[in-house]
Amino acid sequence: MFYLFLAYSTIWAAIAAYIAILGRRQKELKKELNELKQWCSEDYFQVR
Amino acid sequence: MRLCSKYIDKALFYVLVIFFPIILYLVFVWSPIEKVMGPAQKIFYFHVGCAWVAFLAFFIVGIYSVWSLIRPNINSFITAGVSAEIGVLFTSIALVTGMIWGKTSWNTWWSWEPRLVTTGILWFIYVAYLFIRKMDGPWQKISKLSSVFGIVGCLNVPIVFMATRWWNTKLHPIVFGEGKNETGGGLDPEMLLTLVFSLLTITLLYVFLMRKGVEIERMRMVVKNCKNEIMNKLTIRED
Repeated sequence: MFYLFLAYSTIWAAIAAYIAILGRRQKELKKELNELKQWCSEDYFQVR
Repeated sequence: MRLCSKYIDKALFYVLVIFFPIILYLVFVWSPIEKVMGPAQKIFYFHVGCAWVAFLAFFIVGIYSVWSLIRPNINSFITAGVSAEIGVLFTSIALVTGMIWGKTSWNTWWSWEPRLVTTGILWFIYVAYLFIRKMDGPWQKISKLSSVFGIVGCLNVPIVFMATRWWNTKLHPIVFGEGKNETGGGLDPEMLLTLVFSLLTITLLYVFLMRKGVEIERMRMVVKNCKNEIMNKLTIRED
């Protein structure tokens, strides 16, 4: 019974960890994209 | 199209939310306990499911790798990468659960038998594949090199599957079909149904993770392009 518990804990922990990694990646990229959008919207780049 | 994609993601998510409790009920309550191995045999349902999804993921990597070599494009590059990552995750789960199961039924964590060794090799090939993809440089170059690894790994998949049938292995049993020295005993109908349902559920999880992964990697490409554009503009301004 202990080994069964160990195996299923491993499975769920691995899947949950991967989903958490995906979520963190998405969050970081969204933040970065918003920052870049702000940069682009400023008239800093307008060639005079 | 984008709206439709969001609906598919949501539908997949809700299907998984419904399917996972069902599969847990089938595994732990409904399916019978095996006479020789006892409750530990229930590892089988997710162990086989994860191995199957790993094979599927590497098969997808193989297809997209071939396509990348014939006609390089960013979508194939992204899809192959995401699929390889998920494949490594599920191979790792299959290896670890296999080791735990091995400890209960063979009284050893690891044995140098064909199925385990070929699976280990498969895992190493795709870990190398993921390291190659992390290399610095234009994606076209990385795509070419990683595609070769992707195809080699994909060719290893049938070897892993057939390992117990081609070579005489005393530890890993054959459940379906025939091997060199033994014939698979098959499965109890209740066990078979549980297995089929777990394969379906884990395959749906793979599809869900793939869609999420591809979406994130596309976003990464947008960020990268945006950064390059800003750098170009900055250079023009400084000139």
